[in-house]
Amino acid sequence: MDTTATFWMPPSASTTAGDVDSLFYFLLWVSVFFFALIVGLSILFITKWRRRKGDTGRLDTGPTKNTLLEVAWIVIPTIIVVIIFVWGFRGYMNLSVIPANAMEVKVTGQQWFWSFQYPEGASTVNELVVPVDTPVKLTLSSQDVIHAFYVPSFRIKRDVLPNRYQFAWFEATHTGEYDLFCAEYCGSKHSQMTGTVRVLSGADYKAWLEGAALAGEGMAPAEYGGRLYESKACVTCHSLDGTPGNGPSFLGVFGHEVTLEDGSTVIADENYIRESILNPKAKLVAGYQAVMPTYQGLLSDGEIDALVAFIKSVGGEGE
Amino acid sequence: MADAEAAEHPKYLQHHFSDAAQQRESSKLGMWIFLVTEVLFFGGLFTGYAIYHSWYPEIFHAASRVLDWRLGMVNTFILITSSLTFALAIRMLQVDRVKAAVWNLAATFALAGGFMVIKYIEYSHKFHVGQLPGKFYSYGGIDVANPHVFFSFYFMMTGLHGLHVLVGMGVILWLLIRTARGRFGASYHNPVEVAGLYWHLVDLVWIFLFPLLYLIA
Amino acid sequence: MSEQTRSAAAELPRSAVAVPERTDENGLPRPNFLRDGGGTLWSWLTTLDHKRIGILYMIMVMLFFFVGGLFALLVRLELFAPGEQFFGPDTYNRLFTLHGAVMIFLFIIPSIPAILGNFVLPLQIGAKDVAFPRLNLASWYIYMIGAIFALYSLVTNAADTGWTFYTPYSSSGSDTAVISITLGAFILGFSSIFTGLNFIVTVHKMRAPGMTWFKLPLMVWALYATAIIQVLATPVLGITLLLLVLERAFGVGIFDPAMGGDPVLFQHFFWFYSHPAVYIMILPGMGIISELITTFSHRNIFGYKFIAFSSLAIALVSFLVWGHHMFTSGQSEFAVMLFSFLTFMVAIPSAIKVFNWTTTLYKGSISFSVPMLYALSFLFMFTIGGLTGLFLGALSVDVHVHDTYFVVAHFHYVMVGGTVMAFIGGLHYWWPKMFGRMYNRTSAVAAWALVFVGFNMTFFAQFILGTQGMPRRYWTYPEQFQSLHGFSSSGSLVMGLGFLIMGVTLLAGALRGRVVGSNPWGSLTLEWTHATSPPEPHNYPNTPVVENGPYDFDKLVPRVDAPGEPGPEPEPAPAK
Repeated sequence: MDTTATFWMPPSASTTAGDVDSLFYFLLWVSVFFFALIVGLSILFITKWRRRKGDTGRLDTGPTKNTLLEVAWIVIPTIIVVIIFVWGFRGYMNLSVIPANAMEVKVTGQQWFWSFQYPEGASTVNELVVPVDTPVKLTLSSQDVIHAFYVPSFRIKRDVLPNRYQFAWFEATHTGEYDLFCAEYCGSKHSQMTGTVRVLSGADYKAWLEGAALAGEGMAPAEYGGRLYESKACVTCHSLDGTPGNGPSFLGVFGHEVTLEDGSTVIADENYIRESILNPKAKLVAGYQAVMPTYQGLLSDGEIDALVAFIKSVGGEGE
Repeated sequence: MADAEAAEHPKYLQHHFSDAAQQRESSKLGMWIFLVTEVLFFGGLFTGYAIYHSWYPEIFHAASRVLDWRLGMVNTFILITSSLTFALAIRMLQVDRVKAAVWNLAATFALAGGFMVIKYIEYSHKFHVGQLPGKFYSYGGIDVANPHVFFSFYFMMTGLHGLHVLVGMGVILWLLIRTARGRFGASYHNPVEVAGLYWHLVDLVWIFLFPLLYLIA
Repeated sequence: MSEQTRSAAAELPRSAVAVPERTDENGLPRPNFLRDGGGTLWSWLTTLDHKRIGILYMIMVMLFFFVGGLFALLVRLELFAPGEQFFGPDTYNRLFTLHGAVMIFLFIIPSIPAILGNFVLPLQIGAKDVAFPRLNLASWYIYMIGAIFALYSLVTNAADTGWTFYTPYSSSGSDTAVISITLGAFILGFSSIFTGLNFIVTVHKMRAPGMTWFKLPLMVWALYATAIIQVLATPVLGITLLLLVLERAFGVGIFDPAMGGDPVLFQHFFWFYSHPAVYIMILPGMGIISELITTFSHRNIFGYKFIAFSSLAIALVSFLVWGHHMFTSGQSEFAVMLFSFLTFMVAIPSAIKVFNWTTTLYKGSISFSVPMLYALSFLFMFTIGGLTGLFLGALSVDVHVHDTYFVVAHFHYVMVGGTVMAFIGGLHYWWPKMFGRMYNRTSAVAAWALVFVGFNMTFFAQFILGTQGMPRRYWTYPEQFQSLHGFSSSGSLVMGLGFLIMGVTLLAGALRGRVVGSNPWGSLTLEWTHATSPPEPHNYPNTPVVENGPYDFDKLVPRVDAPGEPGPEPEPAPAK
């Protein structure tokens, strides 16, 4: 198995990717053959029998039917496509049948980020961390519209629906970082709903899990909040330089008066920020849509404290 | 040349047809194809109905109870009778009894109007008590989750059908006037014939709607 | 009038040309439908002549082709590099939505049937008009009303849902003018239904004496198969879009998961129409290719019946494959298996056509006229489009490339490399029939070359982007895709320039081109052998009586061919 990208394919890093690639290359060569056949014959015919200057109008002498030929080019392609069909279906079943011993990760898609909940209780945003050589079952669901979970290097993709669970699985074969995309158009920042799958060795994964529990330890709250601002995807919608995005910029917000949708005003203090993280629709800033999802359950109290500290620090710089 | 054509072409024959039979067959085939599209149009709704009915049979059974099947039954009889009077109108034209045809068309029109009046009574009651589709639903008398799904289908299906009845009434009125003015007779009554096909389809759709909405409880 | 019947076995195609009663100062025949059906704008807007209605459609459809093309260029310019180049994601999302919606509903679906079909179908079967001329005109007005609704969305608050209008984003996620564009598509559907209905009845009831089913030109077979799909599939789209409008306006809850509805049901309904719609787009193009390849090979078609019946086979099987758009959306394994199998089966009739066309070139007498260049590039690009369809039908590979640029490249190879090439080829082919004048060959060939090169640059790169994992409908993208995106965007500029030159060339040809007479290509179908260029208002002075097949070049005696582009015809002296 190849972990470097080829001309056609990205690195192949899951147990099921190899079979997909084999079928792909089989299809590629079948296509090249038929393309060369059709285009080659066409070029041959149009060169050999092109109408030349002063052509005396050779009459049509070519045949107009040949049942044997017709049957041949019905039967042969049919056989080939049946082979492709069976191969493709078996590969699809490999992707659908989830190994019983798989470790389960809950994946939630919402506009416009991914969040992951691990069996041990940790949670991450826009970064899926998994151990190598271990089957991982993904239970996918959406908070709003339809998304699709796509990791090109694993050759897996599954639509993420708002009204039912969908499932996918993979077993990574190589450590490293791989792109994660949303593949179903989901609105404004669809193209920024991307992330990373980080495949770690078993030992590293264990260490990471322990570290995740102790995250922020030994860091200043504002510094840790700055990290969360990136890793929990606040950065997607809230800028730090005053540019309005899908949500208001954090620059100079803290401690200042903000005008709400209904015309009233409120001071952006600790409690307002906490409420806006946990229940974003409660006090909507004027001029913005109610698109922010709730972070209830995604952030611990400590993390919220850190974020508040971070916003406070940004607010200070804005003055 | 124009005179020569006029001599061999009756007034009702359009220039691009070679004879009356071709014109008649074309208009009939055209209407049949149109009816196929109508069947598929309603078919989309019937498919949706079938899918939701199989997902949530309890909603459909419970909500169907609040419809008054007697009103539906009366409307079924009214529409079947109107199909009959329409068919009679065509028959009367075929035997050149224009006056009888006019009376039959008038009866068809009146029956269609009666159907719409009953529909109006049903609709206004539902608006009154809040048995409305989707987010407008406010009726409290049905004890299952999401009863509004049934009323979404009820209003979309009967609404679309009612629209077809209204269009049909317009067409019948137009035919009535033209028949009364003597435009149609034994030799030419294509428009009445193809409108009849349309009316029978409108009738047929109701015959499916009635049990699916009123009688499933 | 011996010229008016195609009876003599020893006729020459160049002499089997309709002789006009008289010609005007430019040498164009009179009466002709352009000048003798009334000269006012009002006479055009109320015309019942299928040829004039075809031209009315052409004006509007080409306008929208230009608009849709402009959107495409803007999209490609933004994608030249990652991050913001010219505008932000919200503008980008609207642009790709409008590009798709305009190109699908306002350009490609009406392009061949409503323009060329309207113009040539009655001519090819020897009829004076379509069966229902008033309905035909009404279809054009319905098209205009639908276009106004779509434009309303464009100028107020352009929709950003993608042309597929997937729920729940379209019903509750987007705050743009989705209702007006959806209603526009709904109304345009009726225009399409009525055109299809008209064609079916016309083919059944209006054929000239002797025009049996197997003497029909393959263009007519293709339009007939298309019309069946238009009539059977479009109503389902109509009801689906209506449900979406009701969902958005009144919250009926059919597709809204919050109210017990199912968003995936929308996809089923939508693709039940929209997959057959793909064949509404490609089948008539296949019909044109059959005409072009025979005419410019001077050769009877190979496997007439196989080509004719494969059109019908495609029309029927196309209704059973819609689920292949949803291989990743969680259908049951059984449904997935069935849809994949049927998808492969629908590939076979298309393959049959390609093999038959290729064999028709064998021992022909091939002329590289402009329409033939388009037909040959169709063979080249449609083959790529068709073969890459196999990748998408193969389940496990589809999971990887679904919703990536691979899909974008595939359907552009089929729709642009296939349908648009055939359509443009058809325009170049029937242009002298419509206007009696020929365009400039040099600039037409230059336009063709630019389009061919530009198209392949733009879209072949996208196959590689797709297999590398680049998702579609992305405003920005990771750095590693930049070189291919840049290459693709450069190609789109070349292609845009080609289309621009093509439009100018055709327009100049229609207005000032050389007058070429009734049958410049030496074709054998009725519109060339029995009608003048441009045809009379009622097509044929006497109803033609058909004895030979549409491509019976083998029944002709030897003749002298002009090389390459045919020269001007020896016109009969104008009868003064």
